[in-house]
Amino acid sequence: MGPLIPNGIIGGGWDFVIAILLGVAFGFILEASGFSSSRNITGVFYGYNFVVLRVFFTALIVAMVGLMYFDYFGWLDLSKIFILPTYVTPMIFGGVVMGLGFILGGFCPGTSFTAIAIGKLDALLFTIGLYIGIFIFSLGYPLIEGFYNSGNLGNVTLTDVTGIPAAWFALAFTVVALAAFWGTMIIEKRVRKNMKEYKF
Amino acid sequence: MKNTMDNQPKYINPYLGGVLLGLLIIATVFITGRGLGASGAIKSSVVTTANTISPEGTKENAYMGQFVSDDHSPMYTWLVFESLGVFLGGLLSGIIFGRVKKFRTDHGPKITSRKRLIFALIGGALFGIGSQFGRGCTSGAALSGSATFALGGVIVMFSIFGTGYILAYFFRKLWI
Repeated sequence: MGPLIPNGIIGGGWDFVIAILLGVAFGFILEASGFSSSRNITGVFYGYNFVVLRVFFTALIVAMVGLMYFDYFGWLDLSKIFILPTYVTPMIFGGVVMGLGFILGGFCPGTSFTAIAIGKLDALLFTIGLYIGIFIFSLGYPLIEGFYNSGNLGNVTLTDVTGIPAAWFALAFTVVALAAFWGTMIIEKRVRKNMKEYKF
Repeated sequence: MKNTMDNQPKYINPYLGGVLLGLLIIATVFITGRGLGASGAIKSSVVTTANTISPEGTKENAYMGQFVSDDHSPMYTWLVFESLGVFLGGLLSGIIFGRVKKFRTDHGPKITSRKRLIFALIGGALFGIGSQFGRGCTSGAALSGSATFALGGVIVMFSIFGTGYILAYFFRKLWI
């Protein structure tokens, strides 16, 4: 049955209507969870607010397990969905640069859009920064093309690389996430005790 | 502790937020065959600007040239519409929970608004550059990629958050 659009069950003309609707749901969840505040987001790095970890890990568990059930019941053909390609070194490098941008800027792209919507100027500057950064990257592309395309493993999953079934990764990840929920709850309580000036 | 609790705006329970976000990823993959994203929309804006200023130069650029098409604008992509939705969804939630106010800047207690804005701009630029190497940002690569068990998604997720934790100490004055 699924994925519906690639399988032609929903016509391509609905593509952009569906894009806006799914985006609205995404933005609503991000804002309602508190991701429209950079101080809430960076709390995950300083121990005073682990909302990012809670939302992110819960979403991953639900999505991983849910997608496997959809596949198991035959509702969704997982071999037909898009798998992000893997370029090992460029992706590690990109992640490191994004991590630096995260701790300096306090947002990631999706969260900054929702923060602009409620009037945060720091989010607006962050988004202008994104635009400048991607422009610089595009203009400089000829210089880094070789590195950018290096380490290409193709569109591989964890199962393709290790031979371990996806269910084991989902299980391991769930155990790690539950431990993290419990551990960070204790850390957060301790850190907040010593913080008087934190307001959302 | 009491102080911080009093000032807490009405956010939804983070685990509820996580469940909803997880269900949304499932719905998105089920309907479209791919996950959510955000940085792609900014990339489309960059390509559109470049294409308006210099169509030849953009076509010749080995990176931007891939996203230019003769029959429609580079803005006419799935992620641009989705990101427009993200903005509207944020606005909707902000209106419902009473958080839409006049322009303001969040910053840590030890820095000025001005300093915060400068660092937000620099951080955004770095995030933009990194997202191109990472083939997506926190939404497209780390979240949607990992949820579909893509190796690259997991690599990006650990690199972003690992780096954040390693560097947090050096930039603590920005936030605490």
